[in-house]
Amino acid sequence: MNTLEVTDLAVRTTDGARVLDAVSFAVAPGEVLALVGESGSGKTTAGLAALGHFRRGLVSAGGSVTIRPRGGDPVDVLTLDVASRRRLRGSTVAYIPQDPALSLNPSVRIGVQIAEVLETHSYPGTVSDRVAEVLAEVGLPADEAALRRYPHQLSGGQQQRVGIAMAFACRPSVVVLDEPTTGLDVLTQALVLKTVRELCSEHGVAALYITHDLAVVAELADRVAVMYRGDIVESDAVERLLRHPQHPYTRRLLDAVPDLDEPGGATPPAREPVLAAKSVSVSYGQNVVLRGVDVSVAAGECLMLLGESGSGKTTLSQCIAGLTRSYSGTVALDGTALAPSTRRRSDEQRRRVQYVFQSPFSSLNPRKTVAQSIEVPLMRLTDLSRAQRRERVGEMLDRVRLGRALANRLPEQLSGGERQRAAIARALVTTPDVLVCDEVTSALDVSVQATIVELLGELRRELGMALLFVTHNIALAREVADRIAVLRHGEIVEVGTVDDVLRSPSHPYTRSLLEATPRL
Amino acid sequence: MTAVELPQTVTPPAAPAKPAGLFRTAWTFPQAKVGAALTLVVVLIALLGPWLGPVLTGHTTTDFAGKPFKPDGIAGTDGLGRDVLTRFLAGGTTLLLYAVLATALGIVLGALLGMVAGYGGGRLDSFLMRGNDVLLSFPQLVIALLAIAVIGPEGWLLVLVIGLTHAPRTARVTRQATVAVRGNDYIRAAEMYAVPRGQILLREILPNITGPLMVELGLRLTYSIGYIASLSFLGLGIQPPAADWGLMINENRIALVVQPWGVLLPVLAIAALTVGTNLVADSLASAAAGRKREARA
Repeated sequence: MNTLEVTDLAVRTTDGARVLDAVSFAVAPGEVLALVGESGSGKTTAGLAALGHFRRGLVSAGGSVTIRPRGGDPVDVLTLDVASRRRLRGSTVAYIPQDPALSLNPSVRIGVQIAEVLETHSYPGTVSDRVAEVLAEVGLPADEAALRRYPHQLSGGQQQRVGIAMAFACRPSVVVLDEPTTGLDVLTQALVLKTVRELCSEHGVAALYITHDLAVVAELADRVAVMYRGDIVESDAVERLLRHPQHPYTRRLLDAVPDLDEPGGATPPAREPVLAAKSVSVSYGQNVVLRGVDVSVAAGECLMLLGESGSGKTTLSQCIAGLTRSYSGTVALDGTALAPSTRRRSDEQRRRVQYVFQSPFSSLNPRKTVAQSIEVPLMRLTDLSRAQRRERVGEMLDRVRLGRALANRLPEQLSGGERQRAAIARALVTTPDVLVCDEVTSALDVSVQATIVELLGELRRELGMALLFVTHNIALAREVADRIAVLRHGEIVEVGTVDDVLRSPSHPYTRSLLEATPRL
Repeated sequence: MTAVELPQTVTPPAAPAKPAGLFRTAWTFPQAKVGAALTLVVVLIALLGPWLGPVLTGHTTTDFAGKPFKPDGIAGTDGLGRDVLTRFLAGGTTLLLYAVLATALGIVLGALLGMVAGYGGGRLDSFLMRGNDVLLSFPQLVIALLAIAVIGPEGWLLVLVIGLTHAPRTARVTRQATVAVRGNDYIRAAEMYAVPRGQILLREILPNITGPLMVELGLRLTYSIGYIASLSFLGLGIQPPAADWGLMINENRIALVVQPWGVLLPVLAIAALTVGTNLVADSLASAAAGRKREARA
């Protein structure tokens, strides 16, 4: 008997545009169904429909969502009135959102926040006992001091586990998890996934896990439903779907997952480094961010700078790009030391070292067209005439596979992947010798990530520049890098060729990263 | 990791719709239309009135049209026997001109100050904003009264004083908006290409803070009208025998019961103008807030 059954669910916008078209799926008790698809595929809409919730501007247009609570009669959520739906949410169906930092009230102690859920649904037992119990279930301490903490005193992974505790507090029959590990590093993600899996199987909860990451699905789910443009195009047991994908879209998603195990190419011969950072140290007051870091990249080579959030990897890349005002140590380009701030570097130095920002949603001025943004470095750093600049911008747009037709669009009219391509075009338009990419794929879907990584590799081969690829995702190593440098707590703990590091990691931290990384 | 080609769907790659501009969004609010209509009527009266008055009534603003405070003609006469309607029609031009000039001065100065403080940050920001706080602690009207009492009721002084006292208020709003924009990576990108600071302010920051600035513009215009009318009423603004709404209220208030038009017409005009500009500013503010919400979603 399935706990959650969605049959022929259709959702439309209030303007009548189709969002979901006759979507059907079912989840049995203790089972994890993964709903996989890229942004805009309708997976979140389908997940929220299980709660009887439709985001603003969306309306249900037929179908049914039936929930069978433990020891209760089945109900069709869509036929309930607002008050009954609200009673259902949190008690029978629970939701775990993507960003725990946004979903927890920053000024309420976590003990009170969890108790609030129980009180709202008039929990029959002793509330404080249940709070302690559920915190223990998610692997958090439940003593007095822990209960009195505020969300900002917890790490991201702990916050997400509080979110899970709140969802499981009333012993729901169904939980909907909306990409709950997207913002977490791999080690924390592995812990959270383990917690979710244990809770679901122990308590016989039907879980709907919304994600775009097939590698995570392989670790966690029992069955997978692949969504594409508002339809479920393929649905099967996880093993079978990953081994024998039927739909071309599923194949594309699978191909987009970076593969750690495929054998690497030959190690390139060692060359003179074009860019070298020597004993770079940065500290903000008492807080030491980097302690004497050495890295170097040769022309045509790609170095992956790997580290979790807080390891100092962004600080290091900004030192190299000249975006930090002060650091000790030197960053040298062809043996010449660069000034810490770009304002003090020469035009030629600025031209040769370029930087791509993490989020394409913030790195392009929303009031400038793509062409205007890409033209800025040409205007500042070269003497080209207006017509020549136009021509260069056009060439670059073709080169990053955006095409000249998009030149006059505003960033708002582009997708995330297209925006990142435009940002890369801006960095490459002056043909730099060193390109620093700071987590350029972390704001993007896995399938878009694949195309961006592929593009960077091609451009590196075509233009022969050195690439410093900063990331937290070791899974990308085979796809982009020749060498890896692992950064932890502001220190390089391991450097080596990709093959060496992946086959025989010497540092325990690298080993644990490799173990925690989900694989297909 | 190779890309498998998907069967192309038939939808042509049409450009997604440009998001509606601030003004277009604001125009969807009914109060924007009411506000714009009120403002337009008063502005038309103020602009065409000086020419229309003599044509309609056959009197100039200063000639003798009848006995004092008599209901002769359409709107009667004032205390010196001058035609009220003619004086009313002519009385808005200077007020409107001074208000627009003072507002422009205040917005330009305030926006520059706010952007410099907000973008510069650190000590420059503290220095400018604490100085700003000192200025903010004096009521605008008190500073204006003081300046006019010392130098005299000159038109340029009126514009200057009201514009200058607007600036710290606009600077506050602009600084706040600038700080919100400053953290974006596109500002850092411009810095990375060593774009001069002035260009960063004007080309990268200014286009992204037009929303709050438009709201501020509407609000300051409303205040300018109010202050200039008040100063004229107090006899410190536009001087007799010139026709002016603020002045007319003062001249005719003693006969409010006998001949109310001399007070009512200018009062209605000033009220319509301030309420109108305020409604427009209000809907601009709602539109700007709505767009911000959408950008976050």
